[in-house]
Amino acid sequence: MSTLHIDFGHAKPRIVGIDLGTTNSLVAVMDLTGPRILSGIVPSVVSVTTSGEVIAGSEAREMLITHPERTVYSAKRLMGRGVSDVQEELKLFPFHIAEGSESVIKLQLGDKVMTPPEISAHILRKLKEDAEEVLGAAVTQAVITVPAYFNDAQRQATKDAGRIAGLDVLRLVNEPTAAALAYGLDKRKEGLVAVYDLGGGTFDISILRLHDGIFEVLATNGDTHLGGDDIDNLLLNIALEDIQSEWSEDVSGNAGLVQLLRRAVIQAKEALSFAPSAMIDLEYGPRKYQREIDVQLFNRLIEPIVERTLGPCRNCIKDAGVTVEQLNEVVMVGGSTRIPLVRSAVEKLFRKRPHTELNPDEVVALGAAVQAGILGGEVEDKLLLDVTPLSLGIETMGGLMSKLIHRNSTIPASATELFTTAVDGQTNVLIHVLQGERELVKDCRSLARFDLKEIEPMIAGMARVQVRFLIDANGILNVSAKDLRTGKEHSMDVKPSYGLTDDQVEAMILESYDKAEEDFKERQVREARVEADAILGATDKAREDEAYLGMPEEERAAIDRAIAELRLAYHSDDHLLIRNQIEKLNQATMALAEAIMNAAVGKALKGTNINA
Amino acid sequence: MKFYEALGLEPKLALDPDDLKKRFYDRSRQWHPDRFSRASSGEKQRSEEMTAILNDAFRALRDPVTRAEYFLRESGLELSKDAPPELLEEVFELNMALEELRGGDESARAQLASAQERFTGMLGEADASLAGLFARHDETQDQAVLEQIRAALNRRKYVSNLVRDVEKELNVHSAH
Repeated sequence: MSTLHIDFGHAKPRIVGIDLGTTNSLVAVMDLTGPRILSGIVPSVVSVTTSGEVIAGSEAREMLITHPERTVYSAKRLMGRGVSDVQEELKLFPFHIAEGSESVIKLQLGDKVMTPPEISAHILRKLKEDAEEVLGAAVTQAVITVPAYFNDAQRQATKDAGRIAGLDVLRLVNEPTAAALAYGLDKRKEGLVAVYDLGGGTFDISILRLHDGIFEVLATNGDTHLGGDDIDNLLLNIALEDIQSEWSEDVSGNAGLVQLLRRAVIQAKEALSFAPSAMIDLEYGPRKYQREIDVQLFNRLIEPIVERTLGPCRNCIKDAGVTVEQLNEVVMVGGSTRIPLVRSAVEKLFRKRPHTELNPDEVVALGAAVQAGILGGEVEDKLLLDVTPLSLGIETMGGLMSKLIHRNSTIPASATELFTTAVDGQTNVLIHVLQGERELVKDCRSLARFDLKEIEPMIAGMARVQVRFLIDANGILNVSAKDLRTGKEHSMDVKPSYGLTDDQVEAMILESYDKAEEDFKERQVREARVEADAILGATDKAREDEAYLGMPEEERAAIDRAIAELRLAYHSDDHLLIRNQIEKLNQATMALAEAIMNAAVGKALKGTNINA
Repeated sequence: MKFYEALGLEPKLALDPDDLKKRFYDRSRQWHPDRFSRASSGEKQRSEEMTAILNDAFRALRDPVTRAEYFLRESGLELSKDAPPELLEEVFELNMALEELRGGDESARAQLASAQERFTGMLGEADASLAGLFARHDETQDQAVLEQIRAALNRRKYVSNLVRDVEKELNVHSAH
């Protein structure tokens, strides 16, 4: 195929960049001119209708009020966690936890039971469909952003969500790092940049060194349980107490009312970023509740939350081995950085005015699209070198954690460790892998237990199994073992402490196909039609080009025939037939595409002085 | 030595930090998995392996102390964990002072602060003497110099642990 061939219908598959946020999600793509947001904000809300259909996005957000018990928001806070980790948030969330949620939380939504990765998969599927609609082509590959401070299980859960949604997740990229990419900070050839990212549910701080297009993360810190949600909950609790005394009734059990109140509280919070005072305004049937909140009170309320972000900032500066004075820029990311108190606290700590030029809700998705462009080969002058946020280690004697890969190590990073047997005839060795900074195993996060099994029985200490721990560019752990006596790969069983097993993910992928087989068929037809629209539109335009008039008569006839056939197939319910005709039209227009491209290149060359 | 090979370097103890950084960035640009996302799975895996070793190597070699530790280990010399005998008396007094402060005796604070200053000074001296020894070893390849480096590293490690402990204790007690 000629390099000048313009593929009308089947361009190289586009990799999209997705910001899978706590409150809102967005999808973007890299264009010739730069990253571009595709379609609108998708609220990260999923709901199961009374007829058993799962919906995601704005529609689902409406269900929060009408059907709060079958609707989930902020599911990102539950990713990669067990039920004991989230007792605090469960008090505030209206949904119910199903049985057996120790290692993976299971939510009961109507008659459906769903895990956080499945819930996130519905949001991803919605974004995928939106992107396909705009691009007019199937989307199968994505870059998804995660908080920099996400641990292994949270990252794995995000990747699982992508797989369940039918997306090949080429890379997980850290949100603050993505934001740095979007800000085009590399125009400054050398420099040190801090990215402060306070979103709906998570907080990250990262410090990067820029060097000729390389974005090298020096250190990162954060809190995966801190964000705008916490501010909402503070205001919500005040309003609930007020209502209890005004109405002489505890309404905290009325989930629909609480969600309505939550919405009112969020509106007031957002208004307070621009006005000296705002009203929490609730109308529930005949009853009303109003409460004015001024900035002074609001600031006093949220000060502890803002303060909680500053400790990680100081630690991050220290870990990066830099001083505040050396930092050239500070970038603000995440909706919560619109709050004036947050901005002033950051300005005070970093002693410089932070960048707020880009929309803090969009900048992460735009950065994800830039990273997609890097992976796709369209962006060649940039490279991200990120780090692992947490140290990785193994349990040793006495319940101690022995670190193998230290936090803030550039990834991919690796370590090898030699294991042997302690008693004669021992046939397996259990390795407990952990993440965290503390010395005791009980204070660290358990990642998984690896069982090196089928070790040949021999005298204690004779076995030699070399285990290699590799944290890949996504920040996810891969473990392999080699028997040094035989030189062969050593088999092992992996039991993740939190999250889904591979088999469970596979089952969920199948299930999502099974139950939605009809949906799926319909979708395939719809997708094929979208593609047909794209190629028909492109061909129509091409037929107006002078190159078309210069084509041999028979080739023009072949194109017209292919158009007519595709139009006929278009209204059938058979996606294969439509795709078949798309392919035929594609073949018929190949020479035309080449002619147009050649003419365009000729024109472009004429217009420029190559020696300039 | 694997880490030196990853950066295309001869195994030497004295390295130019700017040259090291440049080698790391140049190789990252070539080898990083981001450059191989559309390649075959074999190539992908190779890129990941090479980049992991490159990152591990840069991390170990950019700091003179971890670099020397790696060099010694690869040369078959293990670091000892014993206290350097010439420091024994001082360490004994220091531990007494630490105990006193833990017991609530604030008069030990001044003694600790001056000890901390003295030890921090020792760290600086240790770094300077290491730099000299690095140059001498690279020139002579003398095994005896390597032994001296090991002794200097042991001493430095011990002193740096002391500084860390004293700092921690002073901070903990000032917080109350």
